[in-house]
Amino acid sequence: MLIKKLLLALAAVSFLVAPASAADFPSAPVTYMIPFNAGGESDIFARAQQPLLEKALGQSVVITYLVGGGGAVGWKELIRNKPDGYYTAGFNLPHVILQPLQRKKAGYTTDQIKPVMLFMSTPNALVVPKDSPYKTLDDLLKAAKEKPGSVVLGGSGSQTANHLGVVRLNKMAGVNISYIPGTGTGDMISALLGKHVNGLMTYTTVAKNYANDVRTLAVATPERLAVLPDVPTFRELGYDLLEGAYRGLAVPPGTPDDVVQKLYEACKQVNNDPEFKQKMDNMGFFLVDMDPAESVKFINELTPIYKGILEELKK
Amino acid sequence: MELILGSFGNVLTFQNLTFMFIAMTLGMVAGALPGFSATMAVALLVPFTFTMSPTSGLVTIGALYAAAIYGGSFSAILLNTPGTPSSIGTCFDGYPMAKNGRGEEALYTASFASGIGGIIGTIILIAFALPLATWSLQFGPPEFFWTAIFGLTIISSLSTKSVLKGFTAGFIGVVIGMIGLSPIGGDVRFDFGISNLQGGVEMVSVLIGFFCIPEMLKLASNPRQEHMKVGTISGSRESIVKAFWNVFAHWGNIIRSSVLGALVGILPGAGGNIANLVAYNEAKRAAKDPETFGKGNPQGVVATETANNAVVESAMVPLLALGIPGSPPAAIIYGALLLQGINPGPELFTKNAEITYAFMTSFFVVNIFMVIIGIMAGKYIFKFVTSIPTRVLIPSILLLTIVGSFAIRNNIMDTILMLGSGLLGYILNELDFDSGALVLGLILGPIAEKGFVQGIILGNQISTETPWIIFFTRPICLVLIAMSLLSACWPLFQAYRRKKKAAAAGGAA
Repeated sequence: MLIKKLLLALAAVSFLVAPASAADFPSAPVTYMIPFNAGGESDIFARAQQPLLEKALGQSVVITYLVGGGGAVGWKELIRNKPDGYYTAGFNLPHVILQPLQRKKAGYTTDQIKPVMLFMSTPNALVVPKDSPYKTLDDLLKAAKEKPGSVVLGGSGSQTANHLGVVRLNKMAGVNISYIPGTGTGDMISALLGKHVNGLMTYTTVAKNYANDVRTLAVATPERLAVLPDVPTFRELGYDLLEGAYRGLAVPPGTPDDVVQKLYEACKQVNNDPEFKQKMDNMGFFLVDMDPAESVKFINELTPIYKGILEELKK
Repeated sequence: MELILGSFGNVLTFQNLTFMFIAMTLGMVAGALPGFSATMAVALLVPFTFTMSPTSGLVTIGALYAAAIYGGSFSAILLNTPGTPSSIGTCFDGYPMAKNGRGEEALYTASFASGIGGIIGTIILIAFALPLATWSLQFGPPEFFWTAIFGLTIISSLSTKSVLKGFTAGFIGVVIGMIGLSPIGGDVRFDFGISNLQGGVEMVSVLIGFFCIPEMLKLASNPRQEHMKVGTISGSRESIVKAFWNVFAHWGNIIRSSVLGALVGILPGAGGNIANLVAYNEAKRAAKDPETFGKGNPQGVVATETANNAVVESAMVPLLALGIPGSPPAAIIYGALLLQGINPGPELFTKNAEITYAFMTSFFVVNIFMVIIGIMAGKYIFKFVTSIPTRVLIPSILLLTIVGSFAIRNNIMDTILMLGSGLLGYILNELDFDSGALVLGLILGPIAEKGFVQGIILGNQISTETPWIIFFTRPICLVLIAMSLLSACWPLFQAYRRKKKAAAAGGAA
């Protein structure tokens, strides 16, 4: 009798501890871990999502930070967590592709990051100071051709979308532009405004938020952007450069697909909120909508491309 | 001027004052607890401010930030543990003061110094935000490299016992700072195959390790000894009066330290952690009695606490004037501004001038409040900490250090490193190596490395063959090089002067 009672109690406890059934997901608060510093793009975006996400899920969403190793420390923790949908984390491209390729022990592999959705992108933008002698992309490339190495562009870090953008542009245009990696997007802005660098290969957020101080020469998107209508795309100018960072939400490997689907629908609902969209547009964030399957496909398509560029870089 | 006066009206509403009061109390507690840094406190508070008006939200965040930096002095003085990296230097003299029975006086000294430092910082922010922001842009990678080198030369006068041991400790700090992701290049190094080490060594947990653990071990090895002398100095009132004169009879120190703090605070990437040590060093160098520093000279506390609170306001300069977040807390405020629909940058002084001026002037109110709260609470904090018996105090503090070091990044590696550096710190302390020098190396190593690598690439603009000459061709670099040389050779110069004096005295006798 006593044993039976104990067992019942145990069952009850385990039920309380693990609300794992997908049908009533989510029945407890959901953690949303950011593997980057508070105040960065990932954090700002998550903070804007948080209240709407809570409404869509009917549960509170708890934002935590696990910073280090360019995101790797956080993603390592993500994949170790219980695959029940209650522990989610922001994830970034190209980071989760490049880090496992490049490091001996990144702590995770790309396919262990199970995407819920890729919901936002910040395409690359090439900006120069407002009073720069380079009025067009051609001016800048011409200077780079005349004195190889002497044109210096800054960007958000090593092996980031910015870095790859410069490497790819160098190859396409047959020039040699030097690249200075910073420690984050904000880090290089003072170097630009202080005219230490000739320009930045940065994100559209910078082109938009510092519009008074910079001239944007080109953006790496398929079409011109509504928020920067006068800026040509690289493609228009003859360089087929599409490059940028993507951000999304991921769960540990093995999370049931119906749970992932529920999370996806909640994130999608947030993206469709008109007020949210307006706010993000104004900051230069681009909302995209890739469901779990599309996200996986997208990552698989990008991987060989990045692999190729990494090989190139090593030479 | 009208804007400034008008903005007082916007700040001094009942609602704002209530928010500020709550934020300051929380900030002081967070600052005082080792491991709960100002950045973390600000990050935790930000979501609550989204529901407030932009003005209320900003003044609340500002109040919390300033109070957290001030709160860091409590644990520095009473436990020899900097509550935030901005009060490292406060330990040097604050803790010896407490040990000598002047703990209460030290707490009040820190209050007055923080308040006046903050007020001078606010004046600098309001009066010179735009020109100073433009000046700070002159600092590119080569200048940051030399700034870091200058910072490292402080070791030569910081380490009183042995310059060689000081620089050795600094070197160990630089090496520890290299663990993890390299600032430039993105390679992971010295991770010994442990993927958790990719994140590098978190400074706050190492700080706790090097300052707090050795002290606790020392206390534990001599359990009968009292933690600190209590009541040898009569009454709180006398302590307040003494503290008041410690601060306000030394305007030279106040002005020098707060201006140094403001200048360092403006530079993106540098902050209170560097400013307080630079100010401490300069106070010591200017003093007639440098040998009393480190043994409980209140001027040491005055210097560090004025400097770190001047940093709080000046760190807002690049954010408000240019829209560049120069420090981690400023980055969080930057995000909060964006989410409030305000574009940081020049717009803040035109379209949103009302909000901006209210934010800036709120620092006056915050700093005055801070002194009042500090003085009222100081007595109880002091009594509380000193009334805990050593056998309870040591385990409680150790527990706190474990929780705190984990809480910073939710990374168990940080706790392990904290304990490891505690042990190392104890050994190094016993061998007379300077923890302050080690920490300086840890802070400045990555800044120097980043400046160096970025500077070399930047040098391609001048010459693709000899890019390194960029470090010697820029005017600010030359000034910084001269300052570094002077600072590194200072002890030699002093020894020479002392010898000469001794010779003169000998001749007279």
